[in-house]
Amino acid sequence: MSEQTTSGTQRITLGKAINLGLRRAMERDPKVLLMGEDIGPLGGVFRVTDGLQKDFGSDRVVDTPLAESGIVGTAIGLALAGYRPVCEIQFDGFIFPAYDQITTQLAKMHYRSRGKAQVPVVIRVPYGGGIGAVEHHSESPEALFAHTAGLRVITPATPADAFTMIQQAIASPDPVLFFEPKARYWDKADVDVTAADQVLDTPGDVRAVVARAGTDVTVAAYGPSVTTALRAATAAESEGTSIEVIDLRSISPIDIPAVAESVRKTGRLVVVHEAPTFLGAGAEIAARISEECFYHLEAPVLRVGGFHTPYPVSKLEEEYLPNLDRVLHAVDSVLQH
Amino acid sequence: MFTPGADGVNAPVGETDDDLIQLLTPDGERVHHQSYSPRVDHLDRVALEGLYRDMVLVRRFDTEATSLQRHGELGLWPPSLGQEAAQIGSGRAMAPRDYAFPSYRELGVVWTRGVDLRSTLHLFRGEDHGGWDPNEHNCHLYTLVIGSHALHATGYAMGVQRDGDVGTGDPGRDRAVVAYFGDGATAQGDVSEALTFASVNDAPVVFFCQNNHWAISEPTQRQSRVPLYHRGRGFGVPSVRVDGNDVLASYAVTAEALERARSGGGPTFIEAVTYRMGAHTTSDDPTRYRTRADEEVWRRRDPIDRMRILLEREGTPSEFFTGLENEAEQFGAEIRDYCHAIPSPPVERIFEDVYATEQAQISSDRAWLTDYLAGFEEAAS
Repeated sequence: MSEQTTSGTQRITLGKAINLGLRRAMERDPKVLLMGEDIGPLGGVFRVTDGLQKDFGSDRVVDTPLAESGIVGTAIGLALAGYRPVCEIQFDGFIFPAYDQITTQLAKMHYRSRGKAQVPVVIRVPYGGGIGAVEHHSESPEALFAHTAGLRVITPATPADAFTMIQQAIASPDPVLFFEPKARYWDKADVDVTAADQVLDTPGDVRAVVARAGTDVTVAAYGPSVTTALRAATAAESEGTSIEVIDLRSISPIDIPAVAESVRKTGRLVVVHEAPTFLGAGAEIAARISEECFYHLEAPVLRVGGFHTPYPVSKLEEEYLPNLDRVLHAVDSVLQH
Repeated sequence: MFTPGADGVNAPVGETDDDLIQLLTPDGERVHHQSYSPRVDHLDRVALEGLYRDMVLVRRFDTEATSLQRHGELGLWPPSLGQEAAQIGSGRAMAPRDYAFPSYRELGVVWTRGVDLRSTLHLFRGEDHGGWDPNEHNCHLYTLVIGSHALHATGYAMGVQRDGDVGTGDPGRDRAVVAYFGDGATAQGDVSEALTFASVNDAPVVFFCQNNHWAISEPTQRQSRVPLYHRGRGFGVPSVRVDGNDVLASYAVTAEALERARSGGGPTFIEAVTYRMGAHTTSDDPTRYRTRADEEVWRRRDPIDRMRILLEREGTPSEFFTGLENEAEQFGAEIRDYCHAIPSPPVERIFEDVYATEQAQISSDRAWLTDYLAGFEEAAS
């Protein structure tokens, strides 16, 4: 309680913010239930569901068999029966056994039933690198899901967004892939945990925000890369460059108008994400901005991201990830063009 | 130990028929079974005639749809010829509040759920991905990815549990779920995972596996080295093997399994041993992978023929059969007319219901196509 600064506002980690968001959604709607491996007494391997089974019972916080397709497939059935399941996939690289259920079933159920069957399933996925993990524990597969129509793909970058966006995801009538930047789980910030629910009025409509205003270069990022982009902006400022950082927050849909508005102002765009640049979210943004802002661009759109390789061993991940230096290098490049 | 048949094709999986539940032989003789016969005792002659009518009309529909595909009116059709007893028997054992998750060959099942069979044509004509309202009939849409819906059925059953609609003793409240799939689906991981989830949760779900002996061209032996009903046992799920060409036995074992599920006794795995007399779909050619002799063996086990013998023996007048033949012919004509009249959907349908709430990319794509098409109209005017 010592961290509570003012009434309703607490200084908490991103992981705790998701925990409180889940709690609030479960309190609001008895049909919300959590499913996943080790999410009960253990509270999940990242402790995001800590204490929830104790308070809501094992029927609403369900420790499932170790079977990802089973988790998502039964969540679809529960959703058809009127429930709002929130699945936890333990790590990004473990989502692939459930890929079939997500893409062939979850994404298409509403379409093929012409709206008669809704499947408001949320799939929480800790994703991204930077924590020194072994293989399959640091991947960024968001583009695979954003490429699949019928799914929404969102990712918070801050504790405050994590708190509200998980509730928006659960309130959404459409299935949502909720990617949690695991390297930021322990980042702390002030969150108004008693904020009113008006943010849930548009549960499927997560817009980009200007995380930092600037005039010379736009840097668009999401999830774990937003922090990197903000650090780059601070560093660039000391050299006289003003970077505007856009936190996309949603990858499907991508808020292109927000990026375009910024680019019309700055004339330059760098997109940053951890996933491989090849056919990644940045490729879509670069293409759309070149279509819509061709006469405003002073330089080609550059991307900073992972290489077209499997995620490397952790001893090399610093070189793989879009770190501060690589973002600044790209900013310099578009400025020199 | 199981060994594949010498012909490698048509030896039944499981070397013995000792465990096969049968209440009606291929010769139309009733067989007494201590546990299961009481499950059909209440079916009087009118009820039996009703089951027969179900099978005849479903077969008539199936024959007509196969013919419509041959005439180019449908893109594809998966015939259910030969499997009518397994589907009608199990389907008629369900109560209105029970919920069915069919695969894509369950014409008889959706008939028992009150779905207008003609709506199954829409999917195969390429006009719709579904065809009916699942909630209106407590019958989910066909699922084309093999075995996926076994998990949906199990999850739905977990929802039924959470609703408190299990084990209350109130027949107006307790409900159960049936997942339909074939022998090939038992090789899919999702079916194994569904059995795991159902078992550890005591979910009120019945796994109804129609072993029709063929997964397109592969015999059951290519899917399993154990009799299929042993699959359930490995998961701690009570399992039973039934003559799937016997409508009474199919009804009885399903009724028992549903009763167990509704009362809180958990899941059951049923292997209904039957035979797909037609092709997997109208796209394949069974003569490439099986013999006419095999088909002839199974033709002599036909589910409709044996029921007719029973009905005649139990006093059904010939007028019943004549009347039903006329009804079936009229039904066939209606199906043809209906199919021909299904209009192509408007192009806007591409963009409808992708999401429950509008998504920016869909709006953008729709707007582009609208403008593009309008350009042609302007050019023409």
